[in-house]
Amino acid sequence: MTEMSKIVRTITSIAFPFAMIYGLYVIAHGHLTPGGGFQGGAIAASACAMILVAFGSKWTLNKIKEKGLSVFESLGAIGFIALALLGLVFGVAFFNNFLTGSNFLFGTIPATGSGLADINTGGVIPLMNFAVGLKVIVGLFVIVLVMAYASTSFKEDKK
Amino acid sequence: MNVPDYTVALVVAVPLLGAFLTPLVGRINDKLRNIFVIIVLVLNAFLVFLLASDVLTTGIKTYVFGAKDLTYPIVRILFEVDAMSIFMAIISSILVTVAVIYSWSFMKENTGLDKYYTLILLLTAGMLGMVLTGDMFNFFVFLEISSIASCALIAFWTNKGESVEAGFKYIVISAMGALFVLFAVALLYGQYNALNIAILSNVIQYTFLDKIALVLLIVALAMKAGIVPMHMWLPDSYGSAPSSISIILVSATLASLYGVLRVIFTLYGNVLSVIANFDIPVNVIIGWFIVALAIISILIGVIMALIQTDFKRLIAYGAVAELGYMFLGIGTGIVALGTAYGKTALDGGIFHIMNDALDVGLLFLVAGAIYYATKETSLDKLGGLARNMKYTTVFFIIGFLAVAGMPPLNGFASKLLIYESTFQLNPILAIVAILCSILLLAVFVKVFYSVFMGPQLPKFKDVKEVPKSMLFSMGIIACIIVIFGLFPEFIINNLVEPAANALIGYSEYISQVVVGGV
Amino acid sequence: MIFNIPYIAVAALILLGLYALIFKRNLIKMVIGITLIESGVNLFLITLGYRKESIAPIYTSSPGGVMAFPVPQALTLTSIVIGVAVIALMLSLVMHIYRHYGTLDVRKVRRLKE
Repeated sequence: MTEMSKIVRTITSIAFPFAMIYGLYVIAHGHLTPGGGFQGGAIAASACAMILVAFGSKWTLNKIKEKGLSVFESLGAIGFIALALLGLVFGVAFFNNFLTGSNFLFGTIPATGSGLADINTGGVIPLMNFAVGLKVIVGLFVIVLVMAYASTSFKEDKK
Repeated sequence: MNVPDYTVALVVAVPLLGAFLTPLVGRINDKLRNIFVIIVLVLNAFLVFLLASDVLTTGIKTYVFGAKDLTYPIVRILFEVDAMSIFMAIISSILVTVAVIYSWSFMKENTGLDKYYTLILLLTAGMLGMVLTGDMFNFFVFLEISSIASCALIAFWTNKGESVEAGFKYIVISAMGALFVLFAVALLYGQYNALNIAILSNVIQYTFLDKIALVLLIVALAMKAGIVPMHMWLPDSYGSAPSSISIILVSATLASLYGVLRVIFTLYGNVLSVIANFDIPVNVIIGWFIVALAIISILIGVIMALIQTDFKRLIAYGAVAELGYMFLGIGTGIVALGTAYGKTALDGGIFHIMNDALDVGLLFLVAGAIYYATKETSLDKLGGLARNMKYTTVFFIIGFLAVAGMPPLNGFASKLLIYESTFQLNPILAIVAILCSILLLAVFVKVFYSVFMGPQLPKFKDVKEVPKSMLFSMGIIACIIVIFGLFPEFIINNLVEPAANALIGYSEYISQVVVGGV
Repeated sequence: MIFNIPYIAVAALILLGLYALIFKRNLIKMVIGITLIESGVNLFLITLGYRKESIAPIYTSSPGGVMAFPVPQALTLTSIVIGVAVIALMLSLVMHIYRHYGTLDVRKVRRLKE
C-alpha cells in the first residue's frame, strides 16, 4: 500500500487516539455493557489499520516489527489460559471465577437488578477481557499488516 | 488407578498453554523449542494414559468448567469422558507425539517453524477437545479450532501452488461442514433448550426438525471424515501436506469419525429403535445408509489407488478404502444393533480405527522419508532404494502388510472381525470387502517393487538412510503394529470392548449428568 | 407472520450462500458465499433467543421488563469470532493462490490431478 495524501494523514493522526481510546473503553467495560475483549480489540485494531492505510505499508513496517508484535499476541493468549489455570489453583475448577467476593481486584459482588454500573465487579472476567483484547488488537493488526506487505511485494515481483 | 478430576481439563489445557509458549521459547533457541514441544506432548500423552487407566477401571468421568458441580439449568461447559473418548484420545496423542519427533529432522530446513509447532499444538488441543467434550456447541468450537489449524498446516509449504490449493479446498469443505454442524446444534437448542449431549439425548423426540439435524450432522461430519462421495479433498490435502502433517491429519479425520459415532449412538441413542417411515426402525435405515457409503468408499478407494502415480496420493486413496472398512463395521453394528454379530462388527470397526491410524500413518512417514532422501514422490521416477535405505524398507513392508490385512499384523485382527460379522449380515458385503483387501495388497506390492526393488538408479546412488529421529519415530509405530498384531486379544479386551460397550450403553452416559430427571 | 420474517431471511441467506459457493467461479466470491452461510446461521441463533417485546439483556440502568435470552447471543459471538479467523485464513490462501497461478478462476486453479 502506498502513502495517501497529506490531508488524510493529518486527519488520521487526529482520529487515531480517539478510535484507540474508544476501543480500550469497550474492552474495559466488557463485563458491564455490550462489548468485551474481541469487540473492543477489533475497534482498536481498525484504528491501527487506519494508520497503515494512510501512511502506507513501507512506513509502518519501518516503525513496527512483526516479530515483536507476535510476542504480544502470545502473551495475550498465555494470560487468558494462565487465568483459567489460576482458577484451578486458587478456586475450585478450571476457569473458576476465583476473584469474585474476595475484596481484591474487581472483587465486589454487584447488587441484583437494574442499577448503575460498578466497574469494580466481575472477578476474572475483566482481566480475561484485557488478555483477549491484547491478543485481538495485535492479531488482527498483524493479519492486515502481512496482507498489505504481501500485496506490495507481489507488485514489486511483477515489475 | 485414581487421578484427580481436573486431569480432564489439563489434557486440553496443557497443549493450549504450550502452543502459545512455543513462539516465546523459539526466540531463545531452535533446539530448545523442539525439546520443549516434545516434552509438552509427552507430558500430555502421559496425562492421557493416566486418565485412561482411571476411566477404564472406574467408569465415566465428568468435569464441570468453572464451578464445583452442576446446577440447573445447565449453561456450563461439561467434559464427559467415557471409554470411547479415551480410546480416540490415546490414538491422537500417540500419533501427534510421533509426528513431532519425526519433524525434528524432516522439517529442519524450513523457516517459520515457530508457527508450525504452535499450530501442531493447537491442532492437538482441538482434537482432544473434540473427543473429550460433552457439549454440542463446545464440540463445534473444537471442530473449528482443529480445522483452522490443520488447514494452515496443509498449506504450510506456501512456496508450492499445490499445497495452497489443497489448503483452500480443505478450508472451504471444513468451514461449510462446521456451519452445518452449528445449524444442527441451533435446531436442537431451539427445541430442547439444552446444549449438553447427555441432556439432549435424554429428551430427544425424533421430530421432523430432529431428522433434519441428524442428516446435517451425519453429512457434515462424514464429509470431514472423508467418506466417498465427499472424499475429493482428502487425497489432495494428504498428498500435498508435509508427511509429518499427513499423519496428524489422519487422526484429525478420525476425530470427525468419532463425532459421527457420538451423534448416532449417544445423541440419538434413545430414538434408534423407534419405528419410523415405511415400518422400518431408524437404526436399520441409518445403518444401511452407512454400509452403502462404506462399500462405495472401499471400491472407489482401491480402484483410484490402482491408477495413482504419486506415492502420497496413492496412500491417501488407500486411507479412503480403510475408512470404508471402519464404516462397514460400524454400519453393520448399527443395522444389527443388539445382536451378537452386531457387537462383533462394532468391535471390529472400532479396533480398525486404531489400526488404520497406525498403519496409514506409518506409510505416510515412509513416504516422507523417501521424499526427504530423494526429493521425489513420483512412483515412475523412483526405484532400487532398498539397497541404500534398509530400515525404511523394513518399515514399509510392515506398513503395507498391515494395511492389506495380512495375518501376523494388526490389520488382520480387526478386518477378520469385520469380515465374519458382515458375512452374517449379507455375504456379498463380506466378499466385496475381502476382494478389495486383496486388491489393496496388489497395489502396495506394485509400489514396493517400483520404489524399493529393481536395479539401482544412477541418480539415487548417493542416497543415504534418513536421520535417526525419523527412524526412531517410524520404529515406534512399527513396534506398536507388531505388538497389536501378536496380542490382539489383549487390546480388544482392554480398550476396544469397553469403547463398544460405552457406545451401546448410552444410558450410563446420560445418567452421569441427568440425575432423576431434570 | 411478522415473526417468521427472520426465519425466511435465514433460509434466503443460506441458500444464497450455497448458490455462490457452488456456481460462482471466482475464489473471492466463494469466500463471500461462506460468509453468507455464516450470517444466516448466526441470524438463526439470534432469532431463537428473541421473545416478544423483549429488551436487550443488559442490567446497567435497564428499564425493566422481559429480556431476550442471552445464551444464543453468546453462542453467536463465539461463532462470529471463529468466522473472522476462517475468513482471514481463506483470504490469505486466495492471495497465495493468485501469486502462484496468476488467476482467481477455479477452472484454471487445478494443478492437482484427479
